[in-house]
Formats: sequence, C-alpha cells, structure tokens
Amino acid sequence: MDQLIESPSHKRTTYGTGLLKGLAITMRHLLSRSVTVHYPDERDVLPSRSRGVIALKTENCTVCMLCARECPDWCIYIEGHKESRQPAVEGKRAKKFNVLDRFAIDYALCMYCGICVEVCPYDALFWSPEYEYAEHDIVELTHEIDRLNGWMYKVLPPVPLDEGAMGPEFKVAALPAAAAISAPVVEAAPVAEAAPVAESAGVSDEEAAAVRTKVYEEEMAKGSDPRVAEGRAKAAEMRARKGTKGPG
Amino acid sequence: MTEILQDIFANDFVILGLKVGVLLILLPATLVLGWVELKLGAHMQHRVGPMYPGGFHGWAQTLADGIKFVMKEDIIPKAADKFVFSLVPFITMLGSALIFVVVPIGPKLVIEDLDVGIFYVMAASSIGVIGVLMAGWSSANKYSLMGALRAAAQLIAYELPLVLTAVAIVMQANSMSLVDIVEAQRNYLGIGLPFLVGPGLLGFFIFLTASTAELTRPPFDMPVAEAELITGPFTEYTGIRFAFSLFAAEYISMIGLAAVATTLFLGGYLPPIKALSGLPVPGPLWFMAKMSTILFLLIWVRWTYPRLREDQLQKFAWKVLIPLSLVNIFVTGALKLTAWF
Repeated sequence: MDQLIESPSHKRTTYGTGLLKGLAITMRHLLSRSVTVHYPDERDVLPSRSRGVIALKTENCTVCMLCARECPDWCIYIEGHKESRQPAVEGKRAKKFNVLDRFAIDYALCMYCGICVEVCPYDALFWSPEYEYAEHDIVELTHEIDRLNGWMYKVLPPVPLDEGAMGPEFKVAALPAAAAISAPVVEAAPVAEAAPVAESAGVSDEEAAAVRTKVYEEEMAKGSDPRVAEGRAKAAEMRARKGTKGPG
Repeated sequence: MTEILQDIFANDFVILGLKVGVLLILLPATLVLGWVELKLGAHMQHRVGPMYPGGFHGWAQTLADGIKFVMKEDIIPKAADKFVFSLVPFITMLGSALIFVVVPIGPKLVIEDLDVGIFYVMAASSIGVIGVLMAGWSSANKYSLMGALRAAAQLIAYELPLVLTAVAIVMQANSMSLVDIVEAQRNYLGIGLPFLVGPGLLGFFIFLTASTAELTRPPFDMPVAEAELITGPFTEYTGIRFAFSLFAAEYISMIGLAAVATTLFLGGYLPPIKALSGLPVPGPLWFMAKMSTILFLLIWVRWTYPRLREDQLQKFAWKVLIPLSLVNIFVTGALKLTAWF
C-alpha cells in the first residue's frame, strides 16, 4: 500500500492536465495518417503462413478420421471405403487400404481452431492464407474435396528445422547418447554401487560371451530344456558383465 | 470590387433573400456538420469513417442516412399520447432554429435585431427541452421518462452558467442586442480584439461547457446515455421523427449555440483584430470561420471525454461552473468600474 502511494505514477498532477492530455491524444490521432487498409480497393499483404482457410492434400489422406473426430464443431465430413490389393506373392493375404470418397469442411460451422491441422498424422491438412470465400448462400460455404484441394496452391513447404533441433535422424544418431545421459538419473543408486565392482571384474565382451557359451553347454549337459538353458546362460552373462556372483 | 459587394448587400431584396436563406440552409447544414463530425470522430479514433457514399470520402453519408430515415417505418406506440408524441420533432427543431433570428451573420445580415437579443436566445434555446419532456412523457416508456427528467434537471443546472456568462458580456457591451454586442467589439481595447481576450476567456470556456451540456452532447449526454437509457427520451421514435428530434435538433442547436458564442466572445462578423479590417473578406466569411472553430472545439471535446455520471454532472454545474461564472461577473464588473475598458 505504501509502495503504491510513493510510486511516481500515483503522484498528484496539476488539476486539469489530464483533460488537456486527452485532448492532445485525440488531436494527435486526428493529424496522423490512418492505418486503415481500404479492403476491397486495396489488399493487405498477409504473411505467407496466415491462417485463412484449411487446405487438403488428398493424396496424403488415409481416411483415419482423426480430424473429423477431434473437430469441436463436427464440421468435417469424411466418407471412404476399403479396397484390397492382390498380394504380390501367391498365398499371402490381400492388402487392405482406405479410399477417400468425400472430404468436406463446412466453413459456416468451422471456428478456425486448427485442431484438425494439428492432429493430422499424415500431413494432409494445411493452413492456407486465402480468406476471400464469402458466399451469398450458406450452402456454398461447405467446401468439397475439389475446392479444399484448390486452396493448396498457396501452401508453402514446411519450414526448415532450427539450428540444433532434433530432426528425423535423431532416432538413429541421438538415441544412445540420450540414453547415456538419462541412465545416471534413472538408475543412479544401482550404477553407483555396481560401477566399482564392474571395473574390478574387468569383463570384456569376449569374456562375457565365453561365460554365456560355457553356462549354456553346462545346462545342456545336465539335460535342461534348451530354452531354460538359453535363459540361464543369458542371466549368467549379465551377472558376469555386472560383476556380481549371483545364486549358486 | 468591395464597393460592388457592399452595393449588392445593401439591396433590401438581396438581404431578405439571404435572411430566408439562413433559415433554409440549416437543414442541409446539419447534414454537412453530421458528416464532418463522422469524419473527425473517426480520424480521432484512428479510423477513416464513411468512404463510399457520394464518391469523395463518403460526403453523402449523412444524406443517405437521411433518405434511409425517411424510408423507415413510422411507429407510434399503442400506449403513447399520439398528438404530443408526433408534435415533438417540431418543438425540438423550432427551439433550435429560433436562435438564428437574432444572430447577426453579416453587418446588415440579421433577421431581426431585437434589443433583448441575448435574453431571447437563452429563452429560445430552452424551448427544445420542452420537446424532450414531451417526448419522455408521451412515449409511455420508463427509459424515455427518466431520460427526459435528466434532460430537464440538466437544463436547469446548465442554463444558469450560460446566462451568467452572457451577463458578463452584456455588462461589457452595455447592450443585450447581439448586433450591439458585436459592434462593441469593433474597438475593444483600442485595437478591436474580441471579448475573448480579457475576462471573457473564462466566460468563453464556461459558455462552451454549458453549451455542451445544454446540447446533451458527450461528456454531458446523460439524458440519452445509450448504455443505461437506450436513447433516453427518443427511445420510442423511429424513422424521420427520430432523425429530426434527435440528430437535426442537436446539430441545429449546435450551430446555433456556436453562432451565439461567436457573437458574444469572438466578435461575430468582425475580423479578429481591427488591423485586418482592410482585407476584402466579407463579414459572413469571418463569422463562418469563427463558428467553424467553435464547432470543431465541440466535436473535439465530444470524441475525447467519456460520459459523466449523473451526480458528477450536477455537482460540476452547481459547485464549479456557477460559482466560477459569478466570479466572472464580479471580475468583469470590477474591471469595468476601474475603467479598464
């Protein structure tokens, strides 16, 4: 409270200056040039990724219905049927796939939330900067597949990834590194305990493989089931790698 | 050139024609003023306002509005007092237009130079509120009635400072005739300055404030406060009746009070200073220029300030404006006694 009173913005000013300030503001606006875009006569240049209308890339659509189901207004109409392709090799099952018959968006209902674009797993829906599709008849606002395809011509390819962003290749290259980073966090206690033992054991890959072969052969000699033998051999190998003795 | 003009303006028939013209021009003038207000208000809010009707910057917008109003259905509520209800536009328009009878627009261009001119102006400008009260009562609508009562209360409060500031001017000019008041400014302070210079400055601002309230224009538009009273007394009016009783009456009163303020404080048809009297500018042009300035001030204030609350509005009149205008009279009288002018 004290701060409020002491702050300079709450100082009392001379009586009436606020009124003059108000007059100055309106006068400044009167004298400055208007920023209005006189729309039908001139058109503003919109950013190329503006969200004016939703475009459909038909060849990418798999009729998965995710967009229609997530649409809060239920303004997407999709119809499709299944077809089957003859197997390439004799005796195998026929490959079944969906064929799109109808895809329509009712822009009289659409509230431009963009959830359908976000949710599409196959990049079939895009935002297009077009915005001039007002109609005299509300029925015309339901855009069928041809019209939705037509909006695609202004859709730009996706933006390149940022510098240092994880691209599609991260699954191959970056995953082990990520696992190595996360390991001490998840299994901090066991690793800390096991690490010195593992070092003293000093088991190399070849030695571990040798342990596995040896245990497997012993188990087989005892007459165990091959699968049991294999499991025990694997367990022994893991123990050898960790440096613990294990049961027996 | 000047002599020919003076000869033309000395002709009785020309003057009679001009006098009639002054009254005939009022209705088109409301259209022009309405358009100017639309455009100025729009630009003050960083918009552009009407752009299409008529081609050039929407100059015909108010004309188109007028035509629209004429074509609208004329509805009189079932419970309304039909005679009084339909009389209202005439009364409000009459009150506004009567002011122009005594306002001198040029040296000889005054319809009737009454010797009680300023008194007549104050009386005539109050007639409009009778129309407002009639509208409020005859509409049989609570919003209309409340709006009308507010308008009446506002008129009582703001008529006083209006009259009191005029009194100070009458004291300076020694006459109530508007022509005499203008002529008194021909040699004011020896160099022909308008009454605005000197004690008249305070009076001028009180007069403008009170005029705004009298016109029920923002920030004093409590009677027609659309947020609470829809359109106050004119809620039930439609079509051309609505246009006449609200818009036309407001703009004609606005021009009327601006003309009176021009006469009282800015020297009417005289040039702003005697040194400029050699210029070949006819009196009516000076008058129009000064009046336009005041009209611009009124529009500027309207688009700047928000509406006052009803109690603030009354407080402002009784506690600020009326004491100030009494002080104004006192100062003017004291200066006059000490023979300053």
